[in-house]
Amino acid sequence: MSVTAEKSVYEQLGGEPAMAAAVEVFYRKVLADDHISHFFEDVDMERQAAKQKAFLTMVTGGPVHYSGKDMRAGHAPLVKRGLNDSHFDAVAGHLKATLEELGVAAPLVAKVMTIAESARADVLGR
Amino acid sequence: MAKVKHESDWYPLESGESVLDALLRQGVSIPNACRAGACQSCLMRAVAGTVPEAAQVGLKDTLRAQGYFLACACRPPEGTQLEVTGAEALRIPARIQALSLLSTSVLRVRLVTDSPLAYHAGQYISLVREDGLARSYSLASLPHEDALELHVRLQPGGAMSGWLAHDAQPGDRLQVQGPAGSCFYVPGRPEQPLLLAGTGTGLAPLYGIVRDALAAGHTGPIWLFHGARTPEGLYLTSELRALAEQHPQFLYRPGVLEGGSRDVAEGALDVLIRAECPKPLGWRAWLCGDGPLVLSLRKKLFLAGLSLKDLHTDAFLPSVPSGQRTSDAGAR
Repeated sequence: MSVTAEKSVYEQLGGEPAMAAAVEVFYRKVLADDHISHFFEDVDMERQAAKQKAFLTMVTGGPVHYSGKDMRAGHAPLVKRGLNDSHFDAVAGHLKATLEELGVAAPLVAKVMTIAESARADVLGR
Repeated sequence: MAKVKHESDWYPLESGESVLDALLRQGVSIPNACRAGACQSCLMRAVAGTVPEAAQVGLKDTLRAQGYFLACACRPPEGTQLEVTGAEALRIPARIQALSLLSTSVLRVRLVTDSPLAYHAGQYISLVREDGLARSYSLASLPHEDALELHVRLQPGGAMSGWLAHDAQPGDRLQVQGPAGSCFYVPGRPEQPLLLAGTGTGLAPLYGIVRDALAAGHTGPIWLFHGARTPEGLYLTSELRALAEQHPQFLYRPGVLEGGSRDVAEGALDVLIRAECPKPLGWRAWLCGDGPLVLSLRKKLFLAGLSLKDLHTDAFLPSVPSGQRTSDAGAR
């Protein structure tokens, strides 16, 4: 085992510029998916894109840290509007497709998906 | 309870109330129009006390640093004490140079300011009448031209548009505040295709942006889609056709929902755009006019591959007449 700390997926992908490129790909996928797009409609598309960039940064192990409490509070209004496992699965699917489209290696994709999965209970308020 | 001092009096704010609503409610006259944090007509300055960050969104850094804020977006927390003044210091006196109808529903207003106004074609200003009535309008002129040009849509019962159409005369004096907005052309990448689309007087900023891009030597295709419900809603058609003849890279496409002809396409704006510009990947775009239409077009163009950083929008908001909340649709 190496002495230096293992690089995060975020760093391996290229940090902030990689997130900036990934967020548009990801945002297009969720907006084009009628099953979940209503959770992502926002008059201010820049603000919505910024939220999604923070999400991508978090699940790739970058410098954004939400506590479980933050995740619960942030998604509570959406849970009230009916957010459930099927929506979570759809978003996770788009996340996976985005990473694959950008050529991220399978083991790194798997790591990201594990982090994303770990947020499920908090996101759905369980 | 938060309270605000204006001139020599203190005014209490109800919980969650904006500074603008509190002052208007208590009989203080403050220029305002959209009441949604966009038009900047209600700009004020805090001389003591701190305003919430949300009240300074969209303002230039130089204005923020001087304590300027938008009264309609300023909801100070309980216990705040603010001392405020108007933004008179930022207003430039101007006089009406000319008034002429561009169509049955659009009035061209030309203004000459007493001192030069630095702006980009496509930005907007607030027009403030002597009695404080304010409305925001986009600039259709270019900075080097001798007058500011506004396209004012004549609203039934519209306070500012009615006055401009029926009472105002060349030579009348007004004040101009601004400019604001980030819907303008920035030189660079001269071969990049540009897509401009708007409805009604959304043409005003686009007319400025097109001519600005051409003057800057833009060589890539510049598409301009102007939509209206019927052909009567289109204007500047002969000027734009002449411009297209002079500049082969400029492509003018008027469209209407009903009453199309050989020269005017018929159909929804997004359908007309998709037919002629099916793959706008890597383009730059400006969308101006009717709010819901601009937002829906932006989403469609984003999904078609345009990057958010290349999408500039100016969604016109209705002005809110004083004393009531009914819509007076489309100030600009």
